[in-house]
Amino acid sequence: MSNKTLFDKVWDAHVVDTIKKGPQVLYIDKHLIHEVTSPQAFNELEARGIPVFRPNQIVATADHNTPTQNQDQPIKDDLSRKQLEQLSTNCEKNNITLYQLGHKYNGIVHVMAPELGITQPGMTMVCGDSHTSTHGAFGAIAFGIGTSQVAQVFASQCLLLTKPKSLRVNVNGRLKKGVLPKDVILYIISKLGTNSGTGYFCEYAGDVFQNMSMEGRMTVCNMSIEMGARGGMIAPDQTTFNYVKGRAYAPKGKDFEKKVAYWKTLPTDKGATFDKEYTFDAEDIEPMITYGTNPGMGIKISENIPTIKDSSFIKSLEYMNFEAGESLINTQINYVFIGSCTNSRIEDFRVAAQYVKGKQKADNVTAWLVPGSKQVEAQIIAEGLKTIFERAGFELRQPGCSACLAMNDDKIPQGEYCVSTSNRNFEGRQGQGSRTILASPLVAAATAIAGKIVDVTENIETLEFA
Amino acid sequence: MEKFTTLTSRAIPLDIANVDTDQIIPARFLKATDKKGFGDNVFRDWRYNKEGSENVEFTLNQPKYAGNILVAGDNFGCGSSREHAAWALVGYGFKVIVSSFFADIFKGNALNNGLLPLQVSEDFLQHLISEIKADPKVKLRVDLRNQKISINSSKRFESFEIDAYKKTCMINGYDDIDYLLSKKEMITAFENATSR
Repeated sequence: MSNKTLFDKVWDAHVVDTIKKGPQVLYIDKHLIHEVTSPQAFNELEARGIPVFRPNQIVATADHNTPTQNQDQPIKDDLSRKQLEQLSTNCEKNNITLYQLGHKYNGIVHVMAPELGITQPGMTMVCGDSHTSTHGAFGAIAFGIGTSQVAQVFASQCLLLTKPKSLRVNVNGRLKKGVLPKDVILYIISKLGTNSGTGYFCEYAGDVFQNMSMEGRMTVCNMSIEMGARGGMIAPDQTTFNYVKGRAYAPKGKDFEKKVAYWKTLPTDKGATFDKEYTFDAEDIEPMITYGTNPGMGIKISENIPTIKDSSFIKSLEYMNFEAGESLINTQINYVFIGSCTNSRIEDFRVAAQYVKGKQKADNVTAWLVPGSKQVEAQIIAEGLKTIFERAGFELRQPGCSACLAMNDDKIPQGEYCVSTSNRNFEGRQGQGSRTILASPLVAAATAIAGKIVDVTENIETLEFA
Repeated sequence: MEKFTTLTSRAIPLDIANVDTDQIIPARFLKATDKKGFGDNVFRDWRYNKEGSENVEFTLNQPKYAGNILVAGDNFGCGSSREHAAWALVGYGFKVIVSSFFADIFKGNALNNGLLPLQVSEDFLQHLISEIKADPKVKLRVDLRNQKISINSSKRFESFEIDAYKKTCMINGYDDIDYLLSKKEMITAFENATSR
């Protein structure tokens, strides 16, 4: 019984109370909030006369509904402006730290929080956003919540939850050249389906994840929710500690060493068991692409769309205007989006820039690059990537969620395909009638250059990056 | 939160799997700062054609269907955590969603808004959908106390599971905040003990 999983260890350390035959009261270390899912929670508290219990454990950013151009000017859209103003007012009233639009630490909540060292191993973290699973890359229990739960955390710094079941996905071996963390997670979801993880918390294990950077691990954990899992976790190790060390919110000096000693006890014990376990071979993974309207509908870029006789599958292909059995290679693409909490970190832009360097984007393509944060934006400029992109005809915009969910003006027009590094290819996700094809930053960059989907595996050995 | 004990109502079939929260309420409608008005835009892009006219094919627009129960395909509510999806369904008038599987976050959000996510077997779901399609006037009866759902045409019924704590909350109209506030002392003691 002493063999515990990483998830068990973190969860058990945060249980305040257990209701007989019911849920547990789980303590939440860090609560991240943004403009879209918090206003109704603040209203609820105000209406009931309940104060915010632990404002110091809450950090706010504006990201979902922000423009990616002219951020220094007043927002034109009335409703969007009002939503941001309300966030500022609510944070001010309740003494909550807000990195508002334009601040040097502003950015997508799942990019800026790790960057600032807010995210640390062994923590429990929540946010009114399903991609909160991203922070699990550090060995934290992090998951998305609804607005009623945002209000609960405001009121008590706790949530009532039933402990989920455990799932482990192992990927061992060496990834082929050009196969990125995004391909790994799209491959896993294509094999397991969009609801295989529902009711589970997932641990990703094996040397593929051990050898991944923190940025890559965040990409993987980010999409856990796309297979239904509330969260995904990767055991903290030296890569994690090195990333956290020295960041603004990270513990310093002796406190840091003490924390590291604790974090080292967190990885899953040998002999611990999981309710479900899957194992994949890294060699089987190739650059991936989606063809349908959920993230489970993915294939290797060199494969053909499968034929499945199911009304939802047929409806999905009709929406995408694809035929069962066809290949996506050579499909003309007019929009490319590199951004979102899945793939908008510096590594993602480095990979894209290395491919793009010295090339020109195809005339038919509009290519938007949206960094995940002000810090990533500054890094893109400092490393000279901005010049590479602009010479190639790409447009570097300002940070935010942007065309991932198209709440702002960054919308893909009706009927158009967009090869996107984001996380969801649902109907209309990137704008009414838009058709999303999910892929890695490398595949997205290659698409922008060719103006159509190309098999990046064909000339993979000659590609100029490691 | 409104109390829920039993409901007898006609039902609307939505025979589509993996209905995600972007379909229930598209992101462009998430700019509001209160909970009102989302019902007008529930399933917006399925209910209306792109030029704004009603899509007469869509189940909510078919006059033969009515009621406060939505009977939907597998994995209902997947995707984004937006509680606006639950507010939109409640705003439109739904009190119960029946499906063979619910996504986690949606399920919690529904329960926190007095909307009952009622999980049935795939077989029973298909039976309900075919019975409603055959005669849209059939009625379903949902009995939360006894955790039973039945249909008056075939008299078939099925038991359903619900967390005992959540069931009590639904029946009494309590929400989690009330409970958590009652635990404040214990929470503070936990913070002190773990030096937070």
